[in-house]
This record gives sequence, structure tokens and C-alpha cells, in this order.
Amino acid sequence: MNKCTERIFNGLVKENPTFVLMLGMCPTLAVTTSATNGIGMGLSTTAVLVMSNMLISMLRKIIPDSVRMPAFIVVVASFVTIVDFLLEGFVPGLYDSLGLYIPLIVVNCIILGRAESYASKNPVLPSVFDGLGMGLGFTVGLTCIGIVRELIGSGMIFGHQVLPDSYVPVTIFILAPGAFFVLACLVALQNKIKNNLARKGKKVPEAAGCGAGCAACGNRAACGGHMLTSETDKKDKE
Amino acid sequence: MGEQIQNLLLIAVGSAFVNNVVLSQFLGICPFLGVSKNVKTAAGMGSAVVFVITIASFVTGLIYKFILGNPNIMGGELEYLNTIVFILVIAALVQFVEMVLKKSMPSLYNALGVYLPLITTNCAVLGVALTNVQEGYDILTGVVNGFATAAGFLVSIVLMAGIREKIEHNDITESFQGTPIVLVTAGLMAIAFFGFSGLI
Repeated sequence: MNKCTERIFNGLVKENPTFVLMLGMCPTLAVTTSATNGIGMGLSTTAVLVMSNMLISMLRKIIPDSVRMPAFIVVVASFVTIVDFLLEGFVPGLYDSLGLYIPLIVVNCIILGRAESYASKNPVLPSVFDGLGMGLGFTVGLTCIGIVRELIGSGMIFGHQVLPDSYVPVTIFILAPGAFFVLACLVALQNKIKNNLARKGKKVPEAAGCGAGCAACGNRAACGGHMLTSETDKKDKE
Repeated sequence: MGEQIQNLLLIAVGSAFVNNVVLSQFLGICPFLGVSKNVKTAAGMGSAVVFVITIASFVTGLIYKFILGNPNIMGGELEYLNTIVFILVIAALVQFVEMVLKKSMPSLYNALGVYLPLITTNCAVLGVALTNVQEGYDILTGVVNGFATAAGFLVSIVLMAGIREKIEHNDITESFQGTPIVLVTAGLMAIAFFGFSGLI
């Protein structure tokens, strides 16, 4: 398998940001009230991710190591601003329903995480495909969660009625608590698969996201999360 | 004057309880799940967030009023720089606050210090700064909104830590141990917080 398709497969399946790495949980919970919102958010993030990976990979030999985090943040924030304006201009409906979460793509763990761990070390083409793979993986994750919540919460998928009229929608699923419940089931499912794999003695993929605490977050280099865990651990022991 | 105070109070209650930052807006989920294992650390994290968000909403409010949204500079058309400027200002501010605390208030630094660097990437901080601008709040209202939002975060993370300390000793299905049960708890807390929606 050549390098580019390998990166896409990696992002979509092997290191899927939503289902395997558990990164970017804030938008995952917040915008998945419907499948359309999920796909919109996913594609916006993909666009930012591809562009920022490309630019960061081009600049990787120019940006000095000590200021790389602020530099990455500026690059990502610029692309987020561009995407913000494009959405406002061309899809105002989606722009209104995503609202505050579009500018907040800047602080999405996935983007800074990929910039730090892949784009800043690899040539341009693989970095672009890495961004594309990760972004599409995120889009698939958000869309799946969106479909489940929309189906149970309103009996519709992408705004089309699919369940018979006699179905009484469980409205709580498109409200805030529903997001937590759906994600809880998802993580439980993931745990179950992992436990089964572990019992069979196979290699278990590591979750990198919030479940493992901030220490494992993709942008710990920016926030010094490793320091937190070691010091709180020390405090706990005292 | 009385009307203004009433207005501020409404905004404060609204952002602390009704639109709780974690349980209904999903900002700052990472620290909420990651640093809520015991009440003491949760309270430390929560207070650090209160501290930083209050200062950040003041500083970003100033920058917006006098530079980005100022009609005398570039005809007030610099608003498109909001996101870029705010995230950099917040990152720099957190570093700065950390240095000042370390130098002048060592006791406070010992209590909050370890949590400060983590807050840079907490989306709640940027979220509050952007909300203040979008809603057109003046600086005072913005600071009150920021403080109340952060207080909401403090309340929910401390409650969650208290519940988690009890959950530790419960018998939970294998697959639901760890993060899933915490998420279910958060969902139930979110339902409880719906009760506040009648307040305003």
C-alpha cells in the first residue's frame, strides 16, 4: 500500500480520532444533534486540518523549534477564520446552527495534535493525506453519532422522516444529556472490544484522548499536561 | 443603576447555571473528565479556571474595545482577527499570570500553579471571550459573564469529583468502568441542571 492511501486508511480506521483516539470531544458532543450538523462540522474541520497540515509541513524547516506552538496556533487560527467566513457566506443555515463551535475549531486537539506529531516531521504530500484521512475519520465519527442521536431523538435522518409516525421521539437524545449518554455507550463499546482483544492476547490500540486525562491530549506539548499528571500523582500519594 | 445590577445578575445566573459551560455547552470537557478524580484537585482546577477566565475576559474585552472593534482604527474592520488575536492573547496571558504568581504570590501559585498551563487549550476560555464579543457585552458585563461561566465550571467539576469519589467503591459492569460511567453521571447531572432553566 503506498504512503498516501496508507495515511487515509490510518485516519479513517486504524487511528480514527473519534472512535479510537477519542480526540476532539467538545465538538463531538456539542454539534451532533443532527447528522447534517455532524457532517458540516466534520468537513469544516477536515478543510482546516488539510490546509494547516500542508502549510505547517511546508514551513517545518523554517519555524524554530522553541516557538513552534504559537506558530502552529497562528496558522490554524488563520484557516479557521477563512472557513468561518466561507460558511457564513455560502451556508448560512449551517453557520447558525454550529455557531460558536466554528471558531472553537482552533482549540480542537486533533488539529494541533496532527501538526505536532505528523506535519512538523514529514513532507508535504503525506501530511496533506494525513490531514485528509484524520479529517474524514472525524467526519465519519461525527456523522455516525449524529445519525444515532437524530434517529432516536426525532425519528429523522438528515431531516427526512424515516421512522413511522407512531414512533414517539425520545427528545432527550437531541438535548445535552443525550450527548453524554450516547458517548458513554460508545466508549463502553470500545472498552468491551478492547477487553476482548486483550483476553485473546492481541495488541490493544491505545486511546489518546480525554478518557486518559489531559496528559494524553494531542496538544500536551502546548499545555505541559505531562507535568500536571506527574505532580498531581505525587500529591495524591502524599 | 438598579436595572443594570439586575441585568448583570440575570446574565450571571444564566451563564453559571442555566447554560452551564460544561453540562449544556460542552466546553472544557477534557479537564472535566480528566481532572475530576478527587475533590481537592477538582477544586484546584476549578479555581484556576475562575482566575484565568475572569482575567482573560477583562483583557480580551479591553483589546476588543480599544483595538479590534475600535471604529477609528481601520474603520472598525479588524473584527475578523478576533479568533487569532484572542487565542494568542490567552496563551500569553496564562504564561504571564503564571510568572507573576510564582514571583509575588507563592502560596497561591502552589495551589493553582500546576493547572495554569493546562488552561491555555481549555476551549471554555476562548469560548467566553468570543461569546462576550458576539453578544456585544461591555467590559464589565463581559467580566461578570466570564466569572459566572467559570463559577459554573467550578461547581460542576467539584460536584462531579464528589460523585466520582463515591463511585470508586461501586460495582460497575466491566465495560462501563472508567470514562463511560463518568459520562453517564455527567448526563444525569445535565438533566438535573435542566431544572435551573425556569430561573430566568
